[in-house]
Amino acid sequence: MHNQTLAQLSAGLAAGDYSSVELTRHFLSRIEQLDPAYNSFITVTAEAALTSAIAADEQRARGEVHPLCGVPIAHKDIFCTDGVRTSCGSKMLDNFVPPYDATVVANFAAAGAVVLGKTNMDEFAMGSSNETSWYGPVKNPWNTGLVPGGSSGGSAAAVAARLVPAATATDTGGSIRQPAALCGITGLKPTYGRVSRWGMIAFASSLDQGGPLARSAEDAALMLNVMASFDPKDSTCVDREVPDYTAGLNDSIAGLRIGIPKEYFDPGLNSGTEGAVRDALAQFEAMGATLHDISLPHSALSVPAYYVIAPAEASANLSRFDGVRYGYRCADPVDLRDLYMRTRAEGFGDEVKRRILVGAYCLSAGYYDAYYKKAQQVRRLIKQDFVEAFKSVDLVMGPTCPNPAFAFGSKGDNPVAMYLEDIYTIATNLAGLPGMSVPCGTVDGLPVGLQMIGNYFDEARMLNVGHRFQQVTDWHNRTPEGINP
Amino acid sequence: MTAANDWEVVIGLEVHVQLATRSKIFSGASTAFGAAPNSQACAIDLAMPGTLPVANEQAFRFAVMFGLAIDAEIAETSVFERKNYFYPDLPKGYQTTQLEKPIVGPGHVDIQLPDGGHKRVRIHHAHLEEDAGKSLHEGDWQVNGRPMTGIDLNRAGTPLIEIVSEPDMRSADEAVAFARKLHSIVTSLGICDGDMSQGSMRFDVNISVHRPDTPFGTRTETKNLNSFKFMEDAIALEVERQIDILEDGGRIIQETRLYNGETRRARSMRTKEEANDYRYFPCPDLLPVVIDSQTIEAIRDSLPELPDAREQRFVEQYGLSEYDAGILGDEADMARFFEEVAKLCGDPKLAANWIMGELAARLNSTDTAIGQSPVNAGQLAGLIARIMDHSISNNMAKQVFDAMWKGEGEPDDIIEKRGLKQVSDAGALEKIVDEVIAKNPAMVQDYLGTDESKRKKKLGGFMGQIMKASKGQANPQQVNEILVRKLNDLL
Repeated sequence: MHNQTLAQLSAGLAAGDYSSVELTRHFLSRIEQLDPAYNSFITVTAEAALTSAIAADEQRARGEVHPLCGVPIAHKDIFCTDGVRTSCGSKMLDNFVPPYDATVVANFAAAGAVVLGKTNMDEFAMGSSNETSWYGPVKNPWNTGLVPGGSSGGSAAAVAARLVPAATATDTGGSIRQPAALCGITGLKPTYGRVSRWGMIAFASSLDQGGPLARSAEDAALMLNVMASFDPKDSTCVDREVPDYTAGLNDSIAGLRIGIPKEYFDPGLNSGTEGAVRDALAQFEAMGATLHDISLPHSALSVPAYYVIAPAEASANLSRFDGVRYGYRCADPVDLRDLYMRTRAEGFGDEVKRRILVGAYCLSAGYYDAYYKKAQQVRRLIKQDFVEAFKSVDLVMGPTCPNPAFAFGSKGDNPVAMYLEDIYTIATNLAGLPGMSVPCGTVDGLPVGLQMIGNYFDEARMLNVGHRFQQVTDWHNRTPEGINP
Repeated sequence: MTAANDWEVVIGLEVHVQLATRSKIFSGASTAFGAAPNSQACAIDLAMPGTLPVANEQAFRFAVMFGLAIDAEIAETSVFERKNYFYPDLPKGYQTTQLEKPIVGPGHVDIQLPDGGHKRVRIHHAHLEEDAGKSLHEGDWQVNGRPMTGIDLNRAGTPLIEIVSEPDMRSADEAVAFARKLHSIVTSLGICDGDMSQGSMRFDVNISVHRPDTPFGTRTETKNLNSFKFMEDAIALEVERQIDILEDGGRIIQETRLYNGETRRARSMRTKEEANDYRYFPCPDLLPVVIDSQTIEAIRDSLPELPDAREQRFVEQYGLSEYDAGILGDEADMARFFEEVAKLCGDPKLAANWIMGELAARLNSTDTAIGQSPVNAGQLAGLIARIMDHSISNNMAKQVFDAMWKGEGEPDDIIEKRGLKQVSDAGALEKIVDEVIAKNPAMVQDYLGTDESKRKKKLGGFMGQIMKASKGQANPQQVNEILVRKLNDLL
């Protein structure tokens, strides 16, 4: 059962091949047996999952149900879950049990999906390797000596290891697409404003966006059908009709104009990765698409601009974790200053502290214009690059990240080397565009991701192109060794 | 106006006005005052992780109303920013406010000065922001033997407009007149309940002194004054302090000061060097708010009557003097009270006299707002009606008013119960007059022997006895007529 896609499981439930309770038990037992090796879950909600599986089976027996009714999924531990600890990968929230559901969580509950638990992640979504989680790093199912990527490494590893058919994730600078690429699965970061951020713990509010991690483009479409919604509780959510993302999956892609930005094939790109991406592009050409060399001239500025804007927003977003109302509080504070200092010193990890310091610095008097304001100007230029590009192409394609999965600790002493792992993904967050990663090959047996960047709200087209690619390739069906096929 | 020894005082105000919206500026929680601590703070107000703000449309409407009332430009696009600092009653660790693009641009307010003159005070801008919660240091909470501070977040997220004036005021009187005028504008607009005792309006006063025709001096800011009286006292105190320092050859340090209304003392809270770096930046959770000109015009069309226009109308419609119109038309509650009394009794001038006389004296001496007056408009109008139909004299009316103030009920009941009714029964009065004339032959002779032009002065003696005989209830006018007629009959 665990090798079936979400679409297959949905059909299997509908056909009565198995019940939701059976499915749920199967995945729960896989998590119990296999996850100690991957550490992809922070919290497993077995009892609640079985309760909702029983309810889903009853609902299905009564008649018409949502396609995802009874299908097991998992939520990244950044989404608040009513009554279930939501840690955001941090000691700061290790004891935090929200009294409300994130809109994304509520949407899945309304569909009748069964939540198996909460997945591991970099602390407050700050990281590209999952090494910053207070709950320990997630291991890449392709090689447990390597990182799964981050920050949604838990969701990506759990899907890759077939511990869950699909999972929710978030992407601020690449946190869906990069782990998708490193774990050989499909991940979609929607247009900013497509998925509600209510109840999604903020890292950088103007960049954060929820999206699915799944086995295939078709599964990602099924997930996005549930995740996307207009939510009046999120002022940045866009009031726009949610299409059925599965409707156009099989449309022809003949005549599709694909832009290849020269800046995404720079000397920093692993040659094996480049080869796999070029092969995929040739495949699209064979399917009737046309390739066009384009330029995104301000690409090189995206990492520096991002590492001003994201920390600046984070420095304010994380101020609420002060030990006063919820979350971690240092033992026996002697006064207010001591309460603040020790709570935050003890509750946050190094990477989070680094970004708070960087952000506060960039916003401080005398530096604001030179850093934050300048970064916002750069952000507009980067967006303008894409607006120009989309006048002549339908999609932009390139590698998701410069290298396949790397070893634990290999970039530990060098934050900038780590930040450069997101060099191809960050620009889409700055521009608010949708981005998607699909498996397109391997290097030394490790998965490689192809990134598609679409125009605003063009998720349906990206899913269509991804699905057609997956009809003629089998990279997305490759499984890591040890994941009994 | 200049202070002692030719020092000129320069004052600018920052005024926080709590908007009378039913829910908070970024959440659906109630803004009602006085609930149990933290019972009106929802997940957003508590800054729970993952919660997001949604701006309250009514708060924008109110801010626009204020802007239009002070003839200011309304920003088509206004932007919320985060002002970052740590304090336990600031749950998010930042206050959401406006800095670069406030909703209300430059405007002005005209004030009337105590000497009867007028002055225009320029408004630099007014912006929307959220209030913080309250830290309660008074409780006797202890943990491990250490005193603790309570946090009540009911007020957190209450919408405010902060009105920032230019430094256009030159005395405490002008500052108070300006503050009162703002109070009357926001209450007339109905955008603030104006209840200063509950913190609905709070004043930060920037004060400096300098010699005329020299640059402004270094200013200090005295924060969080919540009454006109405190403001007046705090300004006087600070002006005196600054002049003393300067005359002793010292210099003023730019600082924030706190005034304690109970001890009537002020102390330094922090100096400029200790000031926070608030690291403002646009709030990414809230999109810039765009208000189109159609909406602004619709709000303009629905604006209630403003104090200046109302005072003008009182002069024209009721024939009041400009001074009386200023007192009665300034505050919405007072104006409403006056118009109701005038309408019910039919004599605006009598209504004005009673409100500004007897009623105002009682309200002032007991520090009672007109809205809380124990004598309502209907009762006062009923009393005036009895004066107008000569049922009671002015003196009796004051007794009746006193009884009404004490809560003894309707004027007619009080008149009845106390037997205050004026005797106008001609038969009864003639009888009393006859008796008094009969008892006082000497006075009658004196009257008759007096030259006609001076006889009037001789009536007083008779009147006194007649009023005494009637226990004060005789209608004096009527008695006068009868008396003159009867005496003249004797000629």
